[in-house]
Amino acid sequence: MSEQITINLTVNGEDVSQTAPPRETLVDFLRTRLQLTGTHMGCEMGVCGACLVLLDGRVVHSCLMFAAQASGSEVETIEGLSERGIIADIQEAFHQRNALQCGFCTPGMLMTAYALLSQPGVPSRDDIRDALSGNYCRCTGYEAIVDAIENVARARAAVANGRQVEEIEG
Amino acid sequence: MTDALTSLDRPNSYIGRSVPRPNAKRLLAGRGRYITDLVLPRMLHVAFVRSPYAHARIVSIDSAAAKTMPGVRLVAAGADLAKVCKPWTGTLDHFKGMKSTPQLPLPLDKVVWAGQAVVAVVADSRALAEDAAEAVVVEYEELSAVIDIDAARAPGATVISPELGDNVCFHGKIDTGNIDELFAGAAHIVEEEFHFGRHTAVTMEPRAIIADFDPNEMRLTAHHATQTPYQFQDIYSRHFGIPEANVRVVAPDIGGSFGMKLHVYHEDMATVGLSVMLGRPVKYVADRIESFVSDIHARDHRVRARMALDAEGTIIGMDVDDVTAVGPFSAYPRTSVVEGNQVYRLIGTPYRFQNYRADLQVVFQNKVQMSQYRSVGHPIAFAVTERLVDLAAIATGMDPVDIRRRNLIPDDAYPCAAPTGYKFEALSHHACLTKLCAMMDYDRLRAEQAELRKRGIYRGIGIASFVEISNPGPAFYGVGGARISSQDGAVIAITPSGDVRCAISVTELGQGTETIVGQIVGEHLGVDRERIKVITGDTETTPHGGAVWACRGAGIGGETALRAARKLKENVISLAGSILQEQPDRLDMRGGWIVDSDTGRQRVELAEIARIAYFRSDTLQPGTQAQLTVAQHFAPQGYPFAFTNGIQASHVEVDVETGFVKLLKHWVVEDCGRVINPLLVDEQMRGGVVQGLGAAFFEECLYSDTGQLINGSLADYLVPMAVEMPDIEIAHVETPTADTELGAKGCGEAGTAASPAAALNAVNDALAPFGASIAQLPMTPARILRALGRI
Repeated sequence: MSEQITINLTVNGEDVSQTAPPRETLVDFLRTRLQLTGTHMGCEMGVCGACLVLLDGRVVHSCLMFAAQASGSEVETIEGLSERGIIADIQEAFHQRNALQCGFCTPGMLMTAYALLSQPGVPSRDDIRDALSGNYCRCTGYEAIVDAIENVARARAAVANGRQVEEIEG
Repeated sequence: MTDALTSLDRPNSYIGRSVPRPNAKRLLAGRGRYITDLVLPRMLHVAFVRSPYAHARIVSIDSAAAKTMPGVRLVAAGADLAKVCKPWTGTLDHFKGMKSTPQLPLPLDKVVWAGQAVVAVVADSRALAEDAAEAVVVEYEELSAVIDIDAARAPGATVISPELGDNVCFHGKIDTGNIDELFAGAAHIVEEEFHFGRHTAVTMEPRAIIADFDPNEMRLTAHHATQTPYQFQDIYSRHFGIPEANVRVVAPDIGGSFGMKLHVYHEDMATVGLSVMLGRPVKYVADRIESFVSDIHARDHRVRARMALDAEGTIIGMDVDDVTAVGPFSAYPRTSVVEGNQVYRLIGTPYRFQNYRADLQVVFQNKVQMSQYRSVGHPIAFAVTERLVDLAAIATGMDPVDIRRRNLIPDDAYPCAAPTGYKFEALSHHACLTKLCAMMDYDRLRAEQAELRKRGIYRGIGIASFVEISNPGPAFYGVGGARISSQDGAVIAITPSGDVRCAISVTELGQGTETIVGQIVGEHLGVDRERIKVITGDTETTPHGGAVWACRGAGIGGETALRAARKLKENVISLAGSILQEQPDRLDMRGGWIVDSDTGRQRVELAEIARIAYFRSDTLQPGTQAQLTVAQHFAPQGYPFAFTNGIQASHVEVDVETGFVKLLKHWVVEDCGRVINPLLVDEQMRGGVVQGLGAAFFEECLYSDTGQLINGSLADYLVPMAVEMPDIEIAHVETPTADTELGAKGCGEAGTAASPAAALNAVNDALAPFGASIAQLPMTPARILRALGRI
């Protein structure tokens, strides 16, 4: 139990080297050793989505893997995405649409939204609802979250279309 | 072309305007500060050994091995904590004859539900505490468990607390008289037996507390994920013998509460006691399984009800029998009787009839305690009422809309009272019904339904009217002896730079308290809301108040803020008048300036007034003492509650082969009086509707015959997911309460109040062609197939 192993990984672009017990989950590692408390723990069994992080670019449940399994990987949390500015438009849409209340599920929601909106095309409302179904929210009833993501998808598509038009006309 | 200016176009006109929440940006950046995130120096962690039995005698506890495990600092059982914590009993004087047993943080000799905490293990980390908890050996002698509500009251039943005599916590009756004769003479009688499952709040952040006791100063700081910090300040002070002024309860960001986080929990009291014993901070965060077996559950009612009508389809009376089981004792300090009390007093209340008889029995059982959760009693009361109204529509051959038009209390009939005693100031049932029918295009949906049935597609339309209790006065808890405040307090100040700070006792749970308080203060002080800081959730920095429950935040907290701002404005204007040598009644505050009230001409900036007041008082007229900080308290007077009302509709499609229900759409027309922020009100409504739909279709705490919770995880207990939920359309009718200047009533529970009723009616409407009907929530696919006779 008291055995410690060294874990080397990159978190939000920074090299991290820490010792931790082999049984420590990635979410505990992020929250307690690195104080990255934006990643939340809701169910500890990979159902609710509050603990989602990016592992080598893929959205994973950080409660379902040990920190040691992330050794050698690149992890990005809500803090990283936020400070990188890459989800600023999603955050702004959530804010304007009041697509969060208590905010506990929100980092996980933003991870899912980020992944969904990184796919080509404009998702339908049904697509968005389907994508969000690994993220539980008890406050909003989901509609505002769907609206916010839809708004970003359309805005991004409009910008992309505008660019195409410019290229054609230019 | 420009639109005509409205009152919202004045500077700082915030009331009635959709503005986003300033404090949400932090949460969106992952910078929320929840109790679960908080780490204090020398902090320890507690894990609990829990009872595997629903009912058992504790024979012995052996913790010798656990005490030697790595990192363990303390192992404590019931007798240890009883030395530092006085017991509590969850009764209220105004529930005549109610009874319950004294509770301690951990039990002395008996466990009464499966999952009850028995031994506390405190260690350097939660993982080490859990390791050591596994090494504690508790020997039990199993007793027969009381599970079923009828068995609990049967002669010879095992009595959970023999000192109480039986398993009945409370027995209440309402009878306006001659009900049997009324039913004997009725043209139509409809009746049903309803079953409502237990469910629970499932806040995304589980319960969490860090208790930090400093024996040097006899000071306790509890960082506690709760919606009611003052209630806990009082409780910790009294039960641990610490002067109230030395108890600080801090409730920062809270990851959902819904009424669940305002009750006293054994683990939370144990955590405070452990900190008192150790003189160090101790943290307890429930994991999800612990949440399921120790958070309060709600509902669990069996209601037999019948409704009598005359030949024209006018409801003439109701007769109701409600039995509810609340766990092994009554919760503290709000009791476990309030839900049943609200069920049997709210039934029928949207309607005109005045003949009513009801019997309420609240019984004990060996399951986890039950108490108030969002929309206490309402979903049951309106599911019963509205299903019977739909059955009455069938019996009389009327359309569900028409029978409601005939029977809802007319909009010009106020003030009036329900036969159960509730008083209504002014409601708008008919205006809401009319608006609902237009919004949902009712006639078209009915035509479409008939058309689709020919093709074997079974859609249903369900309608449900409701009232909702909000802005409760002291009649709610205070008169029963509970030290739960119905008033709120605010301290509001102009800072030296001309900004505004408002410290207020209502709390923020993400519903937007700080935002609406900022809107109200900004409007009444004529200050941009960006310059207003609202402070909540800390007993050390805000005045005592009830905080948020029973939809009181906007109505009572908002009025407190309004009156505080008014008082402060008088002081500012008086001071400005003195400085400007102007009559105060010719001055006003707008856009951060003192202006001429007639012309709006800017005279002096608020910041300049503040600068003079704080730094150049020598230039004020002799005898002038600037008062740029004021305190204000407000308790509702007049009506005991400000009732809101509304109506909901649900549109569903039932797959009669699988029993699955697709929720196509949901509508709400709601009257919460003055709407302060439509964006926030609508999102309260949607969130509330979805919690009600969870209860209607998915959520149920399932127990085995021996009292084991068998679905206590988020994989087994189903909560609504995005893909299952419909879009929800919302409209408002505004009937402000005249009891306050603000006119606002509550809106947080209305969605939950009637969405199960609307869904129940919609599913039954879809099943009607098969002559099938269902009266049990949640309406699972298996239950629907059973109703259809297919399994």
